[in-house]
Amino acid sequence: MAGEVGKPNGSGGLGFKGSQIPHIKFTKLFINGEFVDAVRGRTFETIDPRTGEVIAMIAEGDKEDVDLAVKAAREAFDHGRWPRMSGYERSRILMKFADLIDENIEELAALDTVDAGKLFSWGKTVDIPHGAALLRYYAGAADKIHGEVLKMSGEYQGITLLEPIGVVGAIIPWNFPTNILFMKLAPALAAGCTIIIKPAEQTPLSALFYANLAKQAGIPDGVVNVITGYGPTAGAAICSHMDIDSVSFTGSTEVGRLVMQAAAASNLKTVSLELGGKSPIIIFNDADVDKAAELALLGVVHNKGEICVASSRVFVQEGIYEELEKKLVEKAKAWTVGDPFDPTTNHGPQVDKKQFEKILSYIEHGKVEGATLLTGGKPVGTKGYYIQPTIFADVKDDMTIARDEIFGPVMALMKFKTVEEAIQRANSTRYGLAAGIVTKDLNIANTVSRSIRAGIIWINCYFAFDSDCPYGGYKGSGFGRDLGLDALHKYLQVKSVVTPIYNSPWL
Amino acid sequence: MAARRFSSLLARSVSRLLPSSGTNPAVFRGRGIGRFSTAAALEELIAPPIHISYTQNLINGQFVDAASGKTFPTIDPRTGEVIAHVAEGDAEDVNRAVAAARKAFDEGPWPKMTAYERSRILLKFADLVEKHNDELAALETWNNGKPFEQASKAEVPMFARLFRYYAGWADKIHGLTVPADGQYHVQTLHEPIGVAGQIIPWNFPLLMFAWKVGPALASGNTIVLKTAEQTPLTALYAAKLFQEAGLPPGVLNVVSGFGPTAGAALASHMDVDKVAFTGSTATGKIILELAARSNLKPVTLELGGKSPFIVCEDADVDKAVELAHFALFFNQGQCCCAGSRTFVHERVYDEFLEKAKARASRRTVGDPFKKGIEQGPQIDEEQFQKVLGYIKSGIESNATLECGGDRLGSKGYFIQPTVFSNVQDDMLIAKEEIFGPVQSILKFKDLNEVIRRANTTNYGLAAGVFTKSLDAANTLSRALRAGTVWVNCFDVFDAAIPFGGYKMSGIGREKGVYSLKNYLQVKAVVTPLSNPAWL
Repeated sequence: MAGEVGKPNGSGGLGFKGSQIPHIKFTKLFINGEFVDAVRGRTFETIDPRTGEVIAMIAEGDKEDVDLAVKAAREAFDHGRWPRMSGYERSRILMKFADLIDENIEELAALDTVDAGKLFSWGKTVDIPHGAALLRYYAGAADKIHGEVLKMSGEYQGITLLEPIGVVGAIIPWNFPTNILFMKLAPALAAGCTIIIKPAEQTPLSALFYANLAKQAGIPDGVVNVITGYGPTAGAAICSHMDIDSVSFTGSTEVGRLVMQAAAASNLKTVSLELGGKSPIIIFNDADVDKAAELALLGVVHNKGEICVASSRVFVQEGIYEELEKKLVEKAKAWTVGDPFDPTTNHGPQVDKKQFEKILSYIEHGKVEGATLLTGGKPVGTKGYYIQPTIFADVKDDMTIARDEIFGPVMALMKFKTVEEAIQRANSTRYGLAAGIVTKDLNIANTVSRSIRAGIIWINCYFAFDSDCPYGGYKGSGFGRDLGLDALHKYLQVKSVVTPIYNSPWL
Repeated sequence: MAARRFSSLLARSVSRLLPSSGTNPAVFRGRGIGRFSTAAALEELIAPPIHISYTQNLINGQFVDAASGKTFPTIDPRTGEVIAHVAEGDAEDVNRAVAAARKAFDEGPWPKMTAYERSRILLKFADLVEKHNDELAALETWNNGKPFEQASKAEVPMFARLFRYYAGWADKIHGLTVPADGQYHVQTLHEPIGVAGQIIPWNFPLLMFAWKVGPALASGNTIVLKTAEQTPLTALYAAKLFQEAGLPPGVLNVVSGFGPTAGAALASHMDVDKVAFTGSTATGKIILELAARSNLKPVTLELGGKSPFIVCEDADVDKAVELAHFALFFNQGQCCCAGSRTFVHERVYDEFLEKAKARASRRTVGDPFKKGIEQGPQIDEEQFQKVLGYIKSGIESNATLECGGDRLGSKGYFIQPTVFSNVQDDMLIAKEEIFGPVQSILKFKDLNEVIRRANTTNYGLAAGVFTKSLDAANTLSRALRAGTVWVNCFDVFDAAIPFGGYKMSGIGREKGVYSLKNYLQVKAVVTPLSNPAWL
């Protein structure tokens, strides 16, 4: 049974009437402080995933446009004010930028909703304010970038200077167009770098709006540039550019490999990659079953499962498996799929047709390979890219749905007996981005959190992201960290300066 | 680029602000205002453009009279006349303030808020300070006597800047996870220390407020602040702005009053978890004793100094003269880090001396509200007499009085910029902190000698080094036993640069990341690990 938009798990009803596409103000590339057409004059469609209809035509940047943006960013870095300002002056501008975001929350949230199908209510209260909070966090760090005075083993004075790395390329995915943009933009700007941002072709709208706010806040021209366009053209041009000093990419593991190869083949620019995941959440016998079910479901259906840290493998200890399975199904059925502008909706459409079809194909794989479909498994409605929250039981570790990143609301539910077994199976993945642990037992919590090979472990919580809390991948999930002070160091070079000293009373 | 100029540091901005400290003092001669040879200028004083709104103690979010009902007069140092009568806090008021701070700490919400929320309140406060910049500056000048241009264009902006700096730290106070020798999981929690008692001096009432209150609030503490009896006004005004910014009641309590009563009550209070004091070394010793006798509260002390300013033989003499002049005379010489021993290499000594004397003679002294005035009155009668006493001692000990040496005018506490040459290390004026506009110039022959002499002092707060030689700069920087060494600059006071003393100049550091440590407890949390994947 194919459900319909607007009801729990899509059963009956029609789309929300109150949804409004905001007036789209910015559709061109942002280079050197100006909105400009692409050199070749091309444009591409950006689509409303609720309907599949075109929202706006956006300038399609390519290599020539990237060249122009890099030239502007290079000039702004090599000769401009931005890296030569005090950290405090930069921080004041970033604070102003944050305040401007706060003044435009509704419009920005609407842009991300219409472009990515994200919940409008969540955008207003979480995603967009978090963009502003990240700017404030790194603004506060801009005047606290400390090098060190070293302990030399001879009569030398050694110090380290932490210098901005230069021109940064940032390639942003479509699932969190605001948060991930600021995870890269805010620390790069605080460090004194200049930047070329390429948003995902699915979600170019908010990035262009932010570029305009950056200009209003007083960020000098050329410091922030936005090139909308596709990966193989604009993205590739960034990664292989000889005048870009560092590239920070968030996206799929396949593309991450290409980014790194391009960096290697060009100028050996530094690379940080935040890639895919197949993150486990491990629920032990002593867990509060209701709370555990809530965390496990939220972990995989939040943002329609389009989140790299999704808890897509749910391991449940056998003592509570039956009860937990029942609760999960109940909760999944109560999860409302519908228009993301509707405040009662939990779950909007997948970002585009390609993702929609890919997820449905994984669901087919699950069935074919012998997993038991407990709930969901079908599209919702006849228009747009809505999919029911889907739970498979009896999943084996070697099934495709237990191995691949689906990037949709599809849970693989599995049973385990011992702590050792859970650890071993949770780590049997090429990914290592995140993990959840649900237990009241201190020793289990400590042992498992050290044993899981992943960049962030949430114990009795999930998605507890914080400005100050770094996250990123082990293994095929990438390297480098976003968020926290760790992220700042991606945008800094360390320079040691050494000089002899004479007659020092101490060494 | 005003923001850039005033944000970066006090010294650079001050030296740019005061036109006659530059190379063209003649501009001011024609007007005849306030040059110290022109005492007439002191007779027509500008009425301060500010109304006194707050004179009571601030306890638990309320402005209240002293428990005793007593008040004390606060004085305009330009005239010695009373500005206002201020509630005189004593032990009972301190008890009430500590109780409020205790409750605000133990019950919250302040330490229980997220650091991001705390930072937003500190940022809001900084915005309000900017909005009320000139009122705060006028109040500061009226109560303290410092030039209004210095207060309004450097000190109040720096005050706001310090709060923005610490707002940025609030959400970055990190403990560590610690490697253990065995199968243990170890972490350190950096917890707010609790109720902080803070006692601030009169020479920079607002900046000292910021140095103490900023890091304490950012790290989640609550405060009882005792201001100097000479300068109670700006702290009360600022505390009111803090309330407007959303600081919960009881988090910042301000008690006006005297050291032996209110100050002593705070330092010896059993419910105060930490005390920080800036002031004289003599009082610092008492604070440390009171802390020891009561509840062993940790103590931060930022005390006196007799800081050397060393002019090497390769120095550009004109620049060295200007900087040495600034290092000593800034803020009427009322700086704990004043460069009060000017050591000059013998090869440039004569030229330096002539120019230093000429520079001091050009210094514009007068009503601090007037534009272009470099120097206002000393803070009060007691300091005024003390400085004149040291000048007398200098003359009696056979130092050569090059210029100045007396009061200026017949009203208020103005003192002529005074320069002594041929000062010997054992003279009183070379040994004791004068805290006034009295420059002592001493001659030296070589680096080793000047290092030894510069370090022959009970103090160790700061030092200035003036040289083009990289090696001399490095050698002196490491050899001088002082908490700050300024090389080819002086009084550079960025928010991020730590400040504090060696030896009897104090204990601990303020400003920068170092100051957070004063207001944090470190708690190690240890638990066994069973079967850990790695150690």
